[in-house]
Amino acid sequence: MLKKISNIGDCGITCDFGEEVNKKTNKEVIKLFNFIKESVNSKKIKGILNYTPSYNKLIINFELGQIKSKEIIEFIKGSDFSKTILSEKNKIVEIPICYDEEFALDIKRLEERTKLNFKEIIKEHLNTNFFVYMIGFVPGQPFLGDLNNNLHHDRLDTPRVKINKGSVGIVEKFCTIYTFESPGGWNIIGKTPLDLFNINKKNTSLLTPGDTVRFKSISKKNLLSFKNE
Amino acid sequence: MSNYFKVLRPGINSTFQDLGRFGLQHFGIVASGCMDQLSFYISNKLVGNKVSEGALEFAYQGPLLEHKGEPALVAVSGKVNFNIISKNGETKQGSPNTSFVVSNGDKIDILSTINSVYGYFSVFGGFKLKEVKGSVSTLVKAKIGPNNGDKLKSEDKIFFNKSSSLDKTKKIKFNFDEDNIIRVMKGLQVNYFSKKSQEVFFSKEYRVTRLSDRMGMRLQGEKLENIINTNIKSEGITKGSIQIPGDGQPIILLSDHPTIGGYPKIANVISADYDKLVQKVPGTLIKFKLVDLSVAESAFEEYVRKF
Repeated sequence: MLKKISNIGDCGITCDFGEEVNKKTNKEVIKLFNFIKESVNSKKIKGILNYTPSYNKLIINFELGQIKSKEIIEFIKGSDFSKTILSEKNKIVEIPICYDEEFALDIKRLEERTKLNFKEIIKEHLNTNFFVYMIGFVPGQPFLGDLNNNLHHDRLDTPRVKINKGSVGIVEKFCTIYTFESPGGWNIIGKTPLDLFNINKKNTSLLTPGDTVRFKSISKKNLLSFKNE
Repeated sequence: MSNYFKVLRPGINSTFQDLGRFGLQHFGIVASGCMDQLSFYISNKLVGNKVSEGALEFAYQGPLLEHKGEPALVAVSGKVNFNIISKNGETKQGSPNTSFVVSNGDKIDILSTINSVYGYFSVFGGFKLKEVKGSVSTLVKAKIGPNNGDKLKSEDKIFFNKSSSLDKTKKIKFNFDEDNIIRVMKGLQVNYFSKKSQEVFFSKEYRVTRLSDRMGMRLQGEKLENIINTNIKSEGITKGSIQIPGDGQPIILLSDHPTIGGYPKIANVISADYDKLVQKVPGTLIKFKLVDLSVAESAFEEYVRKF
């Protein structure tokens, strides 16, 4: 449930859904996100520049010359967005992943800490229906959850300076996919050849907050010969 | 005959920018856009463009450009030291915030900004730039925007549309805000900091450091004591937010900021003072003044009257 709306400076507001990071809370965030997106597209509200969902909050940025925070807050308070059914707005996406040792850089670490072997870790990962909590930090990078308790693990003590694009990593109950080469501290378990982000495509980002992701294991050979559309 | 500027020297960080790329932050794409909106607007106004036309933004040292083709009406805005070198080799000092005509073989040498960071270069009719998702702003880090999402490089050719009238040169007089007071509103996590640290932040001076760019401005000053947690659950970020990481030193998030972040935010710079802030060079001591929403909103109304 929407708990509180606060101002962020003079051209932003945050809609706070509570402290818990879980799917239930995030689904409420995504409902408001979908509602704002539709209201902007159908011109029911003007002056909105960006709407950014995260685990437990939706942040809305607007053009101060067009609209003031008071009007947006009234618009949200006067709307019933909580009845939106998410499955109608969101999709299930299958993402190929190669768990070859060449790409599963932190598998030894994970085996030691989780007391599971490589095969069991893969099985657990493949059996998870991941929910897309949010996308961001850098373009297209998804934050997926929830991993089963037995796979939970901390960040690397010293982040890697360079993680290759397409690397799939896990930390605590979350899984991410690096859409750009970047530094990072997640435990890397595999790699996808699929482009999740392409600015030149109509659908810039393959995933949208609220989507569901399932991974599909592919061989190294298939990874190397994979062609993005 | 095609009309273009040949880049003989690209400058330190020269990129095309407009007012920004919106509606994509939920995909991790930040708005970007010009850092100093007023200077950007003026560069377009000087040459008779619509105010949102893409312009070339430069920081500190700008580019050296050689004009090729038909004469063009151009302008440099900001506090900028530049020369116009005519085809016959004669050099004369250029006047910023005044439009002028260049013809084939003339060079514009943008030497430096003067006690400020950003300046803009515009041409009547606009540059020929490919829009990406409705904007010609460049986000170098993700290679998004015209010129393959990159900074200007030597030997690049910047094509522009033909100038139809050259006699409309004009001068716009405007005053930069020279004071170092930046008005802010309380941030979402202001209560993460001790009462003493809040007092320090809203009253003491902070120094702009060299670790500042289009993404953020790092400041140095009295360490701020976080009494709750040095991290928060990652949440969406707004331009002008001031976050305090574990080391207690503020970072102000600027136009190319990451879209989500996990540090507590003590304050937010008000829209009316953003242009003033981004022009502060490393070494400048700035002071934050706490205001409320109504003050920020009326300050914005006053700010847009300058346009």
